[in-house]
Amino acid sequence: MDLDFSSEQTMLRDSAAKFFANECNYEEVKHIEETDQGYSPKLWQKIAELGWTGLLFPENYGGYGGSFLDLVIIFEEIGKACFPSPFFSTIVQCGLLILEGGTEEQKNDLLSRIADGSLIMSLAQYEAETDYTYESITMKAEQKGDAYVLNGTKMFAMDANIADKLIVAAHAGAAGLSLFLVDADHPGVSITKLPYVSAENACEVIFKDVEVGSNDMIGAPGDGASLLDKMYDKAAVAKAAEMSGGCERAIGLTAKYARERVQYGNPIGGYQAIQHFMSNMLIAADTCSNYLYKVACMIDEGDDFSRDASGLKAVANEAYRFVTERAVKIHGGIGTTREADIALFYRRAHPFSMMCGSTAYHYEKVAQSLLKDGLGAF
Amino acid sequence: MDYKLTDEELALKKMYNEFFREEMKKAPLKTLKGGLEGSYSSDEVWEFTKYMRKKLVEKGWYVQHWPKEYGGRDAPLNEQMIFNESLAYFGAPGIDGFGVGMFGPTLMLYATEEQKKRLLLPIGKGEVQYCQGWSEPNAGSDLASLNTLAIKDGEYYVVNGQKIWITGGHRADHMFLLARTNPAEKRGRGLSVFNVDLFWPGIEIRPIKYMNGAHIYNEVFFTDCRIHESERIGPENQGWAITRDTMNFERSGAGAFARARRELEHVLEYVKTTKRNGKYLWEDPLVRQKLGKLYSEMEAGRAMAYKVAWLQRVGNLRFSPAVASEGKVFSTELMQRIADFAIEIMGLPGNLEDLESAPLQGAMIGSYQTIIGSIICAGSNEIQRNIIAWVGCGLPRLKGQG
Ligand SMILES: Cc1cc2nc3c(=O)[nH]c(=O)nc-3n(C[C@H](O)[C@H](O)[C@H](O)COP(=O)(O)OP(=O)(O)OC[C@H]3O[C@@H](n4cnc5c(N)ncnc54)[C@H](O)[C@@H]3O)c2cc1C
Repeated sequence: MDLDFSSEQTMLRDSAAKFFANECNYEEVKHIEETDQGYSPKLWQKIAELGWTGLLFPENYGGYGGSFLDLVIIFEEIGKACFPSPFFSTIVQCGLLILEGGTEEQKNDLLSRIADGSLIMSLAQYEAETDYTYESITMKAEQKGDAYVLNGTKMFAMDANIADKLIVAAHAGAAGLSLFLVDADHPGVSITKLPYVSAENACEVIFKDVEVGSNDMIGAPGDGASLLDKMYDKAAVAKAAEMSGGCERAIGLTAKYARERVQYGNPIGGYQAIQHFMSNMLIAADTCSNYLYKVACMIDEGDDFSRDASGLKAVANEAYRFVTERAVKIHGGIGTTREADIALFYRRAHPFSMMCGSTAYHYEKVAQSLLKDGLGAF
Repeated sequence: MDYKLTDEELALKKMYNEFFREEMKKAPLKTLKGGLEGSYSSDEVWEFTKYMRKKLVEKGWYVQHWPKEYGGRDAPLNEQMIFNESLAYFGAPGIDGFGVGMFGPTLMLYATEEQKKRLLLPIGKGEVQYCQGWSEPNAGSDLASLNTLAIKDGEYYVVNGQKIWITGGHRADHMFLLARTNPAEKRGRGLSVFNVDLFWPGIEIRPIKYMNGAHIYNEVFFTDCRIHESERIGPENQGWAITRDTMNFERSGAGAFARARRELEHVLEYVKTTKRNGKYLWEDPLVRQKLGKLYSEMEAGRAMAYKVAWLQRVGNLRFSPAVASEGKVFSTELMQRIADFAIEIMGLPGNLEDLESAPLQGAMIGSYQTIIGSIICAGSNEIQRNIIAWVGCGLPRLKGQG
């Protein structure tokens, strides 16, 4: 057992923290949120230069062959900074799908372009009536000779408005759910950014007679569900890292405010109601972050981590919602404004919780695993 | 970073688990209730506690984390954590938590050579049972306000006062006593620590029944009890600083989550095999939700407890960061949630205390009653939350907050 970060990991964290402090403070975040693009191409290039966009990919695809724990460190800092970018959609959702299911050619082409910052991607999976499973996905890919034709509407495709390429989940006849690669500027694709509480780029994407060659698929026809499952196990951990970092920062900002804000002659942080709110917030955050590191290590060790990825995501959901709600409350009126830094976190609570599966969805997954396999050897 | 046990540690774990699994087959059913009741209540349970103690001493595990000179083998902290997890998982009694866990380490820091020989070595050999003589009717959370007096008279201190909630006082032969040696001082400044033989004249022990009817704790009355100055630990009037160290030794970690895990295993088995209205309990989505939640919280808490152990290992034994307080709050309240959940889904039979026929042999309704005591004792969870806010969040400590 060794529960310290390596010196390289500490350097990675420090440099990420420094980057956000210098390049993307909360004023900048609020500014980016107001733009149509919802991200900063300039900062995206900079993080590519820092190597973050290729961190997770093997070196032969232009990446750095980093560990999952390395990625977790970056995501914690992203979560602290509330950094608006297509990092999650491009690197985690689409990147992991390609890494797992792509052909050698696709990996060479797409992953190296993601790594150098020149390719942004979006996953178009949800529909108006789907939940976190894939059973109710209705979109069909009709076979037409050697190609498929896509028709239908996808919802909440994150960063589709700025993406160069989309991965689309649709049913390919009897084969079942499959993943298709579509150029975002295809004339049959129309993309609309939706007003979304976190100001993230949540998009509606309408496909009208979009023809896709059978080469432009991730995995074989019918591989969609298993590829998505595999991706989401890891993606849930990455999202939990973003949320865990967010909890830590929200607590830090709130503790600072509680030390400085004076009412009735004392800093409000001296009052026990506030102190006990804050200690409960810290307990929620620390249980979450330690579980996070444990699960990240399980991934890096090649252990079976699916159950704990779900447990972690649910714990992170509960922690982030609890912490951010209390954090705004402790800020009083100032915390409820559009300008308030702490409101950035509060507005992210619901969308983050739902990304990769809600609390209830993950508790159900944990329970199914327990009922099937028991708790495992002690 | 890695959470893996080495092959050596895995072998140790296997050895401990096998030992406790076998030995606990001999345990009287009441031991199942674990916690406070699991050691000191009935004669049957206490006999088994002494039996287990003898076994642990024979194995060389009783104080294996102690230095060699005091009877240990300097076992590294992570090995001790594995041992504690195994012990807690199987709910095994035997270790005198007061002597081995609290007073022993205090003696190592503060006792004279003579005291170490006379007091420490018998603790390490499992020959004595200690109890903790701190709380008084008017000094609970605010312990430093205590008022049992120990007034110097020649070579002796004359002790008068009342102690309360003394766990295992009726099974113990010794007490570590915190008393006021300087009546002119109001708070922590005038206190001293003493080793007390409970068979000395002037000491009376009266039982208090716990809510479940068990005899767990006691009142202890001192009336002109004469304690020789050679029984004082550390300098006179320095007892508060010493006691704060003792309190830090009290903090438990990973064991509590191992215990929670065992409870969850039992509850899982119960929902898989029990029907209500023709349906298995596990078919109820609400049951599955809570099961998923409790498991996830248990794993998260365990990861945090490992962090506490790690910090203590790379820091030192006396180091007690805010995260140790977080572990105490989280583990006790998690066990309360587990018991509440289990009893609720058991329905009316969940209220049965009869050990043979009750669901899970009454372990959950037993835990429901004893865990609330753990939430209150060893620094109540409110006091822990104060500490977390001050130390963990850096919030100001206002006058009068303790
Ligand atoms: C099962 C059990 C076993 C015990 N065993 C022992 C033992 O072996 N030896 C021994 O010496 N003592 C023992 N105790 C005593 C224990 O240490 C005290 O009960 C504890 O310190 C609390 O003191 P109190 O009961 O007087 O409650 P009080 O201190 O009166 O507290 C009452 C309530 O007020 C809250 N409170 C108090 N102060 C504050 C504050 N500043 N901020 C917010 N809330 C506050 C407490 O959390 C609690 O909820 C035991 C207690 C129990 C329940």
